Amino acid sequence: MSVLVFVEVGEGKIRKTSLEAIAYANALKAGDVVAVALGSIEAAELSSVGKYGATKVLHVADARLDKPVIQVYASVLTKAMQDENADILVLANSSLGTPVAAKVAIKTNASFVSNVVDLPNAANGFVVKRSIYTGKAFSFVELKNQKKVLALKKNAAEAKEIGNTIAVTPYAIALNDADFNTTTTAIEKATGDILLPEAEIVVSGGRGLKGPEHWGILEDLAKALHAGTGCSKPVSDLGWRPHHEHVGQTGVKVAPQLYIAVGISGAIQHLAGVNSSKVIVVINKDADAPFFKAADYGIVGDAFDILPKLTAAVKASH
Amino acid sequence: MKILVCISHVPDTTSKINFTENGTKFDTTGVQFIIGPYDDYALARAIELKEANAGTLVTVINIGLAETESTIRKALAIGADDAIRVNADPTDSFFVASQIAEHAKGFDLILMGRESIDYNGGVVHAMVGELLGIPSLSPVMKLEIDGSKVKMEREIEGGHENVEANLPLVAGCQEPIAEWKIPNMRGIMSARTKPLKVVEPKAVDKTVVVQKFELPPAKGAIRMISADNVAELVTLLKTEAKVL
Repeated sequence: MSVLVFVEVGEGKIRKTSLEAIAYANALKAGDVVAVALGSIEAAELSSVGKYGATKVLHVADARLDKPVIQVYASVLTKAMQDENADILVLANSSLGTPVAAKVAIKTNASFVSNVVDLPNAANGFVVKRSIYTGKAFSFVELKNQKKVLALKKNAAEAKEIGNTIAVTPYAIALNDADFNTTTTAIEKATGDILLPEAEIVVSGGRGLKGPEHWGILEDLAKALHAGTGCSKPVSDLGWRPHHEHVGQTGVKVAPQLYIAVGISGAIQHLAGVNSSKVIVVINKDADAPFFKAADYGIVGDAFDILPKLTAAVKASH
Repeated sequence: MKILVCISHVPDTTSKINFTENGTKFDTTGVQFIIGPYDDYALARAIELKEANAGTLVTVINIGLAETESTIRKALAIGADDAIRVNADPTDSFFVASQIAEHAKGFDLILMGRESIDYNGGVVHAMVGELLGIPSLSPVMKLEIDGSKVKMEREIEGGHENVEANLPLVAGCQEPIAEWKIPNMRGIMSARTKPLKVVEPKAVDKTVVVQKFELPPAKGAIRMISADNVAELVTLLKTEAKVL
């Protein structure tokens, strides 16, 4: 018996959310934890999954997998579940992982739940807690089938170093040509930036910043905090910032330790994207901004005055 | 070309979420229901494609009980030609995907939102694609049809990718794929007489069962810091909140 974990890599590094998935699989205590990685990845990086609780790591090094094709990934993981005698597949929610998980669930006749936020309660069946209504509520869902596929929301488990590196096991598998049913012709990605869905600290700006040319003071603070930068919907609609930075109901949902909102009034649609944050700081010159009601700390003041002072205070505290 | 648009009937984004009957039922008191905002983008793109390509037909499908018919009529008023309502409570992604797949054969393009804003599963498109054995992609921000080929832009973490695939295919949509459309008076009038077929659901084995719902714990009181003492915020974040 084993639990399979699909491991995603970004810019050569295993994603932190995938390490959380390994920690989650380990905590299930349902057998060996077998990590699976696809495409060109350094062996040293892959072997590090052992430190987080994986007992084995399978690697399909085929270069055709460097550009992820959802259908191919789903077939490989389905085969790996059979070969490893795994009843459970765990992975992190992502633009790749979630659809792959859904397809594996159908191929293996598994019960599937996404947005899982906590370890299961096994006292009465296999019941997991998941986030619904865009973070405004939770549901407890029983997975009835013997096979189970879980897609985790960030922070569902804590990635901690508990062991040592392990040797990488090459996994030879014949890829089915028919599975290459989509072709990625170009990928445009902001490199070197901290990915918003994974960021531990997020600094977001709204219309209170008055224009894209003023984003420098926000980026200075983000840099000092090693934070990702986000924005409100109006800012992305106006084209001041790219859509992938839009935090909210119809944009990216973040779950950082610390969320700092600057010049954002706090429409309910924006709150839906940030309500999984541990601590929320709101900076707004309007003392009546609704965001203050959802915040842990607040400063009433002008962004152009507060931001440079805050950046200086952060730097001074290092 | 035949386009199927799958729409969810969900609480307005400003709704206050509550549960009744000991956390087992969603409280609909005072809640206004709408076409899922992402599904609304999918519908708008479908109507654009219909307007640009003569002979294109747009069918909407909803899995829901009788109360969803006003939402379906709105989709017809926006410009869909006909509708199917599968008479069942949409309890989970696999159930919904199985019902859609049952009616999706013969369509060239199956569009829906990237996720419903009630359960946020975000996988119905992938499941429908898998059940039908055709490609599925989400979240799609741009979609152009070029003969039998579809060119799409898909959002990924920190950027986007350009992807191509052949028809038929399934796409989960999000902004800015199209501008939301508001029904006009003529659309509202004609929607009343457009065909809305009600069918009973296909029997599907339950793979998941929701046991109960719960609200998150209430947020504590806010602590205000003077604009003249910004450094205090950094101190509090370090020593009190322990997030720095």
